[in-house]
Amino acid sequence: MNVLVYLIPASLILGGLGLAAFLWSLRANQYDDLEGDAWRILMDDDDDAPKEPRP
Amino acid sequence: MTLAETPSFAACPGCVIAPAVRAAVPDRPAELILALPGIHCAACIGGVEAALAGLPQVEGSRVNLSRRQVSVWGPRGMAPEPLVEALEAAGFEALPMDRAALDSDRDPAGRALMVRLAVAGFAMMNVMLLSVAVWSGATDATRDMFHWISAAIALPAVAFAGQPFYAAAWTGLKARRLVMEVPISLALILAVGLSVYETAMSGRHAYFDAALSLTFFLLIARYLDHRTRAAARSAAADLAALEVPRVERLTTDGAETVDLAALRVGDVVRVRPGGRIPADGMVMTGRSDLDRALLTGESLPAAVAPGGAVAAGEVNLTGPLEVRVTAVGADTALNRMVTMIDAAETARNRYTAMADRAARVYAPVVHILAFAAFAAWMVYDGDLRHALNVAIATLIITCPCALGLAVPAVSTAAAGRLFRQGMLVKDGTALERLADIDTVVFDKTGTLTDGLLRLGDVPQGTAAGVALALAQGSDHPVSRALAAGLLEAGVVPADVADISEHPGQGLMGRWQGREVRLGSPAWTGAAGSGPHLSLGDGAAVPLPLESRLRDGARALVDAFRAQGLKIEMISGDAADAVAEVARALGIDTALAGLSPMDKVAHIRALEEAGAQVLMVGDGLNDTGALAAATASVSPARAVDAARTAADVVILQSSLAPLSDLLTTARSAKKRVKENFRISAGYNAIAIPLAVAGFASPLMAAVAMSTSSITVLLNALRLVRRAPVKGAA
Repeated sequence: MNVLVYLIPASLILGGLGLAAFLWSLRANQYDDLEGDAWRILMDDDDDAPKEPRP
Repeated sequence: MTLAETPSFAACPGCVIAPAVRAAVPDRPAELILALPGIHCAACIGGVEAALAGLPQVEGSRVNLSRRQVSVWGPRGMAPEPLVEALEAAGFEALPMDRAALDSDRDPAGRALMVRLAVAGFAMMNVMLLSVAVWSGATDATRDMFHWISAAIALPAVAFAGQPFYAAAWTGLKARRLVMEVPISLALILAVGLSVYETAMSGRHAYFDAALSLTFFLLIARYLDHRTRAAARSAAADLAALEVPRVERLTTDGAETVDLAALRVGDVVRVRPGGRIPADGMVMTGRSDLDRALLTGESLPAAVAPGGAVAAGEVNLTGPLEVRVTAVGADTALNRMVTMIDAAETARNRYTAMADRAARVYAPVVHILAFAAFAAWMVYDGDLRHALNVAIATLIITCPCALGLAVPAVSTAAAGRLFRQGMLVKDGTALERLADIDTVVFDKTGTLTDGLLRLGDVPQGTAAGVALALAQGSDHPVSRALAAGLLEAGVVPADVADISEHPGQGLMGRWQGREVRLGSPAWTGAAGSGPHLSLGDGAAVPLPLESRLRDGARALVDAFRAQGLKIEMISGDAADAVAEVARALGIDTALAGLSPMDKVAHIRALEEAGAQVLMVGDGLNDTGALAAATASVSPARAVDAARTAADVVILQSSLAPLSDLLTTARSAKKRVKENFRISAGYNAIAIPLAVAGFASPLMAAVAMSTSSITVLLNALRLVRRAPVKGAA
């Protein structure tokens, strides 16, 4: 059972990383246009970093 | 993130007719949002952005396909009209959009809820995994350790993620109301508190996972609810924008420009062509035509001469007028309308949402049950710890997870389905109210007709050429409609000389040595109504103008009739124009010449007779009726105030998608009722077990998740069956 000493913190850290990644993507406006982004990735001439005044 | 708070600049008269557009905060470039109801694919993204990039003033643009809109950045004061024109030239229907209604995704409150939801979800998953070990038989020190780790995760998570519930419960309690959040908060706090105590005592049952999944599911409900509820601004505040802030007052010393507030009864003001009348009054000098469509729904401009009455908000079309003010401020007809709309809105706010009605019954029942279980067990075996455990199990199991999800899940699914068909649901309770509709009342001008005039019968022979030559000499809306109609019929203008325009009367010219006149019956010496042409010999030729039916109007009226709804039309326009449209659409009950107050009174009378009325209208004169009706719809190109008062806005110019609105609302209500039954069913099984003391944390977790997921899946059935109309 001593393995729990490593496994439980490891699982919590991995889960925490997932949470942090989600919160980062949320703040980076990545869920604003799910439908449009799905198409944009297929477009040849789409600008990956559009000039956009960040409010 | 403060873009939603930027001030409106709809104070100019012209902006009131076009939907309001908001400018960004001064030191940043302006951002305009245009709705694009027709876009649906990758090619549209490129097409729209390319069309906008071709305009010199546009600094950048970004299409949002999910929300069917495009954000455009440019210098301050950028006007939306050229953008709309450029997009329409490229084949995309576009309209400047009311930002408050559309950007519920971008608001900080929604994002904060999402963060809480993520934290609750993360904590729930981890604690649930630890709980699986306990349920599968961990004992003694191992169980205690798992409980302590769970407590370490659950305590901060519940404290952070549950804040919206604690705040709402506290507000409710302060107002001495037992809201749904009270049993929720109580269950959360008691469950976590008792579980910590049990853990410290090496007890068997800890409800950390239940408390967290409760928070998680309820936050989903709250987030969905937040998204459906659009910020509804006050219709009255928008109406005030119709007033002109500065007026030109004539005094003995000449003209001076003063604030509207400084205007007194008896002052004389000058109103130039194109300007809006600032106050109620009487014409002293000048003749002109007034566009009253927004205030009264009349499709033809009305002529005024000295002695005629004018009302605040009307637009002066052709000649300068000098008006003696007879009423200012609160006494004007426009202001009486604001008061009327306010009153109508208060009446509607008395509607209680189904969810609130359910909560009003549910919340006390939960508390009484939990307390009764506690008291019964105290009497039975006198073990405080056991009695508390049972009471908390009852609180958790009865906690309205599924009940809380029942309404928001369905409204989100239904609103999404309607949005794909070009309708924007602005009010959270609108779908419930729409489901009960049995009578539909339409406005005529601008709703069933598109507000433009069309020439009925083209006159024969030389008269047509003369009429065209005269009509081309004026910018009056009637002249423009005549000229367009005649040109379309292939008429060549005759050689008419010395054309002069006489405001409020008509046009005059010289043709083959004779004086020819085009204009009102009095001007041309004819009987009847509408524009006439006089060739100087014999009777005047009538040039009948008719209103053009809006796209899909006929299909919509037929569809509503097929659904067994009673259809009526109320209009402020003249009787013959109303009768003509009513005949074309087969509407039996059509009332003409109604004032805005008459419209409200008519809706009230219908509702007092037991009817549930859906009002469809676009004008300022409909705003009161829109607010008074059970539910209301307005086209996106309607007056700002009308769109604000309406529950549903149609984004496309066609009326056709509206026929699906009531069907969707009815199936949404059916799903909500099914959802209530599902959650009641789960409770009927779980509550006796909990009260009898058989409930375990495992049972609470299973009952809560299955009932919530069943309710969500049932709501999603609405999305799956949605036909995508009008998008392609």
